[in-house]
Amino acid sequence: MPTPASPPMNYLEAFGDKAATISLLTWALLVLSIAVVAIIALLTAAGVVMRRTSLDAQATGREPIARRGGGLSWITVGVALSTLALFGAMAWNAYTMAAINRPPREAALTIEVTGHQWWWQFRYKSDDPSQIFDTANEAHIPTGAPVRLEVHTQDVIHSFWVPALGEKIDLIPNQTNVTWFEAQMAGVYRGQCAEYCGRQHAHMAIVVIAETPDAFAAWRAAQLRAAPKQQGDLAAGEAMFQARCGACHTVRGTLAGGKLGPDLTHVATRSGIASNTLQNTTATLTGWIADPQRIKPGNKMPTLELQASELTAIRRYVESLK
Amino acid sequence: MAVADYDRSLELEQSGAPARDRLTHIWEGEPGLKGWLSTVDHKEYGKRYIATAFLFLMLGGVEALVMRLQLAGPNKTLLTPEQYDQLFSMHGLTMIFLYAQPVLSGFSVYLFPLLLGARDMAFPRLNAFSYWIYLFSGLFIYAGFVIGYGPNDGWFNYVPYALTRYNPGPNMDFYAIGMILFGVSSTAGAANFVVTFLRARAPGMSINRVPILTWGTVTTSFGILFSVPAVSLAFFLLWTDRQFGTHFFDPSGQGQPLLWQHLFWIFAHPWVYVVVLPAMGIVSDALPIFCRRPLVGYTVVVLATVATMVMGFGVWLHHMFATGIPFLALSFFSAASFVITVPSAVGVFAWIATIWTGRPVLSTAFLFFAGFIVMFTIGGVSGVMTAAAPSDQQLTDTYFVVAHLHYVLIGINVLAVMGGLYVWFPKMTGRLLDERLGRWNFWTVFLGFNIAFLPMHWTGLAGMPRRIYTYPEGLGWTAVNVVTTIGAFILAAGVLLLLVNVLVSRRHGAPAGPNPWGGPTLEWATPSPPPPYNFAVIPAVASRHPLWERDLRESGEHSSIQRGMALDEGKEMLSTSALDAEPELIQKMPEDTLAPLLTALAATALGAAALVHAWIAAAILALLLLAAVLAWLWPRREMGQISERRHA
Ligand code: HEM
Ligand SMILES: [Cu+2]
Repeated sequence: MPTPASPPMNYLEAFGDKAATISLLTWALLVLSIAVVAIIALLTAAGVVMRRTSLDAQATGREPIARRGGGLSWITVGVALSTLALFGAMAWNAYTMAAINRPPREAALTIEVTGHQWWWQFRYKSDDPSQIFDTANEAHIPTGAPVRLEVHTQDVIHSFWVPALGEKIDLIPNQTNVTWFEAQMAGVYRGQCAEYCGRQHAHMAIVVIAETPDAFAAWRAAQLRAAPKQQGDLAAGEAMFQARCGACHTVRGTLAGGKLGPDLTHVATRSGIASNTLQNTTATLTGWIADPQRIKPGNKMPTLELQASELTAIRRYVESLK
Repeated sequence: MAVADYDRSLELEQSGAPARDRLTHIWEGEPGLKGWLSTVDHKEYGKRYIATAFLFLMLGGVEALVMRLQLAGPNKTLLTPEQYDQLFSMHGLTMIFLYAQPVLSGFSVYLFPLLLGARDMAFPRLNAFSYWIYLFSGLFIYAGFVIGYGPNDGWFNYVPYALTRYNPGPNMDFYAIGMILFGVSSTAGAANFVVTFLRARAPGMSINRVPILTWGTVTTSFGILFSVPAVSLAFFLLWTDRQFGTHFFDPSGQGQPLLWQHLFWIFAHPWVYVVVLPAMGIVSDALPIFCRRPLVGYTVVVLATVATMVMGFGVWLHHMFATGIPFLALSFFSAASFVITVPSAVGVFAWIATIWTGRPVLSTAFLFFAGFIVMFTIGGVSGVMTAAAPSDQQLTDTYFVVAHLHYVLIGINVLAVMGGLYVWFPKMTGRLLDERLGRWNFWTVFLGFNIAFLPMHWTGLAGMPRRIYTYPEGLGWTAVNVVTTIGAFILAAGVLLLLVNVLVSRRHGAPAGPNPWGGPTLEWATPSPPPPYNFAVIPAVASRHPLWERDLRESGEHSSIQRGMALDEGKEMLSTSALDAEPELIQKMPEDTLAPLLTALAATALGAAALVHAWIAAAILALLLLAAVLAWLWPRREMGQISERRHA
């Protein structure tokens, strides 16, 4: 078995039952396609080489018009064989569609996916309101169980796509699309917005981290915690954050409650920032807070013209949001 | 038609020069600029269509090369995101609307009357109008691009991104109004093809004797007549949403974003066949010339052409497999999308059979057609992969689709067009294109194209989404993108070679003579280039291959090309019955006029006034438009069908 993320988005490799069913079909069609192209190319090339005559005969227009039989049997046989292959593929297709239409087992978890220009909001749903929380751009799921996805969008059309887990579904305004996926193996799976959604469509990547049910439960418990009350320097950073960033970002447990940008309560635990445009490191974080427009031109986070000291304080506070 | 009319027929050999002089005098346009602007000769517009489309092909090509430079490596900053977005949108719409369909219209406009044995299109003025308004619609959209307001939502322009809330500039208005103008052009052109096909065939050219190219074009024209209203409406509604706050598509007021997609694809899927069926017709007609035998399976190929177009209307949903449509619809449209490949297989095997049972002469044109067959197949099988809904949910909106659509568009359209140019350029100019340069032209185009686009399937399978202006390192996409960019430049060099060949050969090419390839159809019976009246006498046709009748043992009957009706009492053409091409009446043809040009100008200016909300100017322009149409349609004595003279 290959390890996940080995080419991170290649979907000829599959890491879940659903993805495996699909990629088997895709492989079959690919092989069939290559065979068909090879046969046709060979027939054409062989015909050209074996039956050709010289250009001169042509130039005078005197070359008699040659006919070796009507040739209709070529069409009959060729089309019959093509149709046969096509109907075989169609049957396999129908079988695959039926197989992946519904999850095989009850879903372990429902994630509400909301698309924004240009980031992802993941809400972990629960019947118990106190168990609901938000995260952004990086989703965690337990292995070995179907996960139900309810997707919709705040603005334009996006498409949620995690190739190795076999799912792509459009996010359409005023509509909730429901689907599911599943990872058999723990690992990091990359995905990306697949439907053009404006200037930063290129920078709207997704990371799905599949982990054992235990690890997932631990992660979930950690996510549910609000940010702790900060002391000293960090408290000053927190205040600055609330003043400058709180209108757009939420940090649960503090006064920052903005809804325009991603929830940052546990942002320091994520591997990437700006919808996984950058690795989450001190340097990139500083650069991003200082001038997000340079990194992702046109994105909805303004350049705030922060003083160097403000920048450091805010960045240090953000890094404390574990 | 009265029997007496047949007495106006003429034996060309005996009548000789005086008859030709008289016809030339009747049909020739004015010299100079005025003549150039007011002519209604289909040959002139055929060439203009091809030249204009070729210019747009090169513009679109330059846009593509700039994009390819940006994508040649990860995290490049040659272009800003906004520039990239405008480039891929302009590239897509230029290639699809301003190049691929018009270039085929060009071939058809030039060839239709010649293939059918007629003197012009059924409506020569409408023909001129279609060209002018096509040109102006293209210039209109490019005007927006030049001043920085190019469309930036891709050629399929999905809402709500195209609405003012997300797209406040006039970018989309340029596109919307430009497309409405373009729709007028294709609708007028299509109506003209249909009527010409049905009523302007030479006597005896019954419906089962017409060349495949005309079948392709006429089928396509029906497709246009049924599909363009959907998109014109869609763009009009989009425009009112943007300008007047209606809510057809705006989700904030119960508008339906998916409605746009349905309207768009109900138009745009048939459009895929609009830009390939006539190209397949070119190959079906021209490949057999070089194989020195008639096409195998004429009837099935025609039926397949028609079937493809009809089914093309039933599969639009396969562009929307990821939109969350219900399972049942998904299954139906997926199955239908598989089935639609069966007629394409008919074409492929017909061409291969023609090669195997013929004696192909490997001229440049033939090379293009042979290459075409393989590219056609690759585009076809990748189409089957996207027809499978579960696979497509992975493949859609990735570079796999970009590869697929270029195999379809370049493989089927561009290769056929280039081959067609080698075949008919001598007819158009009287000179042959250079064969040696032609070889170079073919091999650079063919190799460059495959180097650029074959690896792109892989980029898509490796997960690269389309329409991204950049990508990060380490995803395994870089090497393939480098290869693709190199291939794109080789392909572009190949296109330049063709340009050089055309420019040089136009003046210095070897003289062609009437029938350089020994072709079987009527256009080869005229001098190269044909005189303004096309045929001195109206030919009568007894088979599918009038000029091959002597060599084809099975044809018992004989066409008559040297003897026929002269129709030289003014600009006249013969109208024949729809199925059997029985002569029915003598149609008077309109003289040259500026009216089509002025009408197209007024319509475009009206669009521009609407764009900038200059409503008073718009009202005045609407009146001018009306005046131009009136001038166009004003009853004229010479168009009357009543003749004082009797033919005893
Ligand atoms: C030198 C030749 C060409 C090159 C290098 C090229 C390259 C490209 C590239 C890089 C894209 C953008 C992909 C993306 O960002 O998603 C593209 C899109 C496209 N190309 Fe081409 N192309 C070429 C010729 C053509 C031709 C001849 C046609 C049609 C006859 C065509 C039709 C299209 C269409 C319809 C799109 C989709 C645009 C969209 O996504 O809205 N291309 N091409
Ligand atoms: Cu997107």
